Amino acid sequence: MTSSLLSSIALATELPKSPPSSDFWMPLDASTFAGDIDALYDLLFWVSTISTVLIMAVMFYFIAKYRAHGREANEISDETSHHNTALEITWSVIPLFLCIGIFVWGFRGFVDLRTSPRDALEIHVQGQKWKWLFTYPNGHVDSDLHVPVDRDVRVIIQSVDVLHSLFIPAFRTKMDAVPGRYTDLWFHATKTGDFPIFCAEYCGTSHSDMITHAIVHEAGGYEKWMAEIRAKLDNMDPVALGGLLYEQQGCKTCHSTDGSTLVGPSWQGLFGKQRTFADGTSTKADENYIKNSILNPVGQVVQGFAPAMPTYQGKLNDKQLTGIIEYIKTLK
Amino acid sequence: MSSATTINPADLGVVESSPEENYLTHDKGILSWIFTLDHKRIGFMYLLSVLSAFALGGFFALLVRTELFFPGPGILTHDQYNQAMTLHGAVMVFLVIIPGIPAALGNIIMPLQLGAKDVAFPRLNLMSYHLWILGALFFISSLVISAADTGWTFYVPYSTMTPTAVIPAAFGAFILGFSSIFTGLNFIVTIHKLRPPGMTWFRLPLFVWALYSTAVIQVLATPVIGITLLMLIVERAFGLGIFDPALGGDPVLFQHFFWFYSHPAVYIMIVPAFGVVSELIAAFSRKEIFGYKFIAMSSVAIALLGFLVWGHHMFTSGQSVLAGTIFSAITFLIAIPTAIKIFNWVATMYKARIHLDTPMLYAIAFLWVFTIGGVTGVFLSTMSVDVHLHDTYFVVAHFHYVMMGGAITAFMGGLHYWWPKFSGKMYSEKQGRIGAILVFVGLNLTFFPQFVMGSRGMPRRYYNYLPEFQGLHQLSTIGAFTLGIGFVLTAVYLYASWTKGKKAPANPWGATTLEWTCASPPPYYNFHDTPEINRGPYDGYAQLRFDKDIQGYVPVK
Repeated sequence: MTSSLLSSIALATELPKSPPSSDFWMPLDASTFAGDIDALYDLLFWVSTISTVLIMAVMFYFIAKYRAHGREANEISDETSHHNTALEITWSVIPLFLCIGIFVWGFRGFVDLRTSPRDALEIHVQGQKWKWLFTYPNGHVDSDLHVPVDRDVRVIIQSVDVLHSLFIPAFRTKMDAVPGRYTDLWFHATKTGDFPIFCAEYCGTSHSDMITHAIVHEAGGYEKWMAEIRAKLDNMDPVALGGLLYEQQGCKTCHSTDGSTLVGPSWQGLFGKQRTFADGTSTKADENYIKNSILNPVGQVVQGFAPAMPTYQGKLNDKQLTGIIEYIKTLK
Repeated sequence: MSSATTINPADLGVVESSPEENYLTHDKGILSWIFTLDHKRIGFMYLLSVLSAFALGGFFALLVRTELFFPGPGILTHDQYNQAMTLHGAVMVFLVIIPGIPAALGNIIMPLQLGAKDVAFPRLNLMSYHLWILGALFFISSLVISAADTGWTFYVPYSTMTPTAVIPAAFGAFILGFSSIFTGLNFIVTIHKLRPPGMTWFRLPLFVWALYSTAVIQVLATPVIGITLLMLIVERAFGLGIFDPALGGDPVLFQHFFWFYSHPAVYIMIVPAFGVVSELIAAFSRKEIFGYKFIAMSSVAIALLGFLVWGHHMFTSGQSVLAGTIFSAITFLIAIPTAIKIFNWVATMYKARIHLDTPMLYAIAFLWVFTIGGVTGVFLSTMSVDVHLHDTYFVVAHFHYVMMGGAITAFMGGLHYWWPKFSGKMYSEKQGRIGAILVFVGLNLTFFPQFVMGSRGMPRRYYNYLPEFQGLHQLSTIGAFTLGIGFVLTAVYLYASWTKGKKAPANPWGATTLEWTCASPPPYYNFHDTPEINRGPYDGYAQLRFDKDIQGYVPVK
């Protein structure tokens, strides 16, 4: 499976793709929830389809059979009863029992979704405009969710700015990221592979680009990936490290490296340039300016841009900051 | 209800009005419209305004669908897309569907159906319309300044942080809330106090019952959105800290407040549609409606239960499992009165004589799309399934099947049914049927593929999407343009009928409710003498005979 570092970096730059599913309605089932939820969905689908088809069939039969022959014929409807309490009760009680059954099934599934098992692998995720940052138990931060197959995983969700929602269709689960509180979800992946993660709660400009990968490793693959990426990060030269962080830390969502303007200023040709700020002051973009802009982004907002960037205080160490500065220097 | 044999044909008769006497020609000049107190004129101005807003909302819908024809940037930027998506939703909800049936169709028809000369408070009625215009101006000012990009839901904290003009849009919705409350209040008092002798509660047409249920929700729920939007405005302007967690507030609280109104508001949108469809099915089946009391009472049940289910929008918001469970259970209960209505409408067609005129085609389309909209609602009330489907295109498809397929289809049916009464003119029946079929096909083509992509995981409010969803998005866009063509055609032939249509008879469809006993268009004072009611609303089809010369129904001599 995709456990090597190189493919992990390559993945981060391209959109995920749902693996083919044999089910017309649902994506591939890759967690223990999928079996139950898909079965309930199928039940709902067939109950709905059969009742809709029956209602429509009766209606169209009546329309065909009792169609009037034009107004001038002045036909009069047959005398029929205009109410029938027994019939009303019948067609109220049958759907009521169906509804109770479906409610109970859905409730049990929901309790399962909301009850994390003990001893799960805990991964923290932080939603921000417009990136997910996953923090693993050893402190590694990554823009993709890497998990082992056949293991309970609990994801603890936070948001630094607005509402987001972590949505993994293949696992049939979703939870809002709410600023100011923790939420969580859990799953137990049953299939290895690379599955899309979406942001499902509208969060502004690039909401629809807040897409990333859930990568389920085969047995042993998760540990191997973690060891490789840690070793690689420790031994990387600063420019390469900066380039990797650019992909992983969400920088690229707002800052281009080719001169085009996204949400924030482009990094191309940034170093050494004179910067003018919203309050009219200006300064030269040197190492300290870049460091300050990462740690206190709203302190000096470049003219023409909104103060939209969250702080990276506490998320990047000195080595990583140096890496980003050195990477920016190479973008001439 | 009295049996058919005791009906005096004169009760179904026509109050003739001379041409200069009807409500359209009674007064002249633009001011006689702007400051009129006549419910029919106010309703007519509402109708034109709502239809204009519908065109605006439809334009934004087509912008959105055009952008989504291909993944990645197309005709709009990210921000423009988010603004178009927001304006489409906000305009359609606040300016079109909420006032559409009650304030436009209901204003003209309800007092006529009741046998009243006007609503209880004509000045309040006019003020409701003026507030609608003011609210619409605030919406447009937001559009001109820097259109809001929050989605119609205005969720915090995004709505307190975005640089776009949220305050004018929210204030517009606040004002429109008052407009809605005034209409509701007026209708409740009118239905209680202005019924003529003999018009008992169970002799009210089902459209009146539906408007009554709606009015109760309008009066009780709308103040909550008003307060919520004011708090949002204060939060945004002064950083009060009700919703912002950085200031000790709670963003989920906003969702509770918002849905406490906006879920009942769904019933403000759909319950009047139930009323219209009840009228259409009875009139075009030419048969007394089946299960009158069950249909009437199910509207009331839906209106009341609708207050207790708002949390089903929040299964994934972090609300407690217990709260979610209670909301889910009550939501399932709403399925029952809804199903009862559908069964009774179909049962009405049994042994009837069904005429497939344009309004009936819309009623049949309604039954089709609303049944699909209803059963897919059950998917979403089911908690575990909703966790997967929440905030995907499945939800978008579901509420468009209900709002567009239910409320707008019924509105179109009602518009065609009562158009001869409003305008005194007949539209081209052939073009009407083509329009109805285009709308029906377009609707299903637009929204059915969205169920599939939603189940497969396509989130809503996405400017960009994964290439795997492209085929379904393209089908949906083609459907949207089909819908657009259907509506443009409708606008064209209705306009043509206004200028050169055939004169409409008093009762073109052979319906038995009281509005058809007035001339078309109705005289200024509706009824020359206060009618005395001695029959049920759907009694007397046998006492009406089609007159070839006037192409309408007259009482049997």
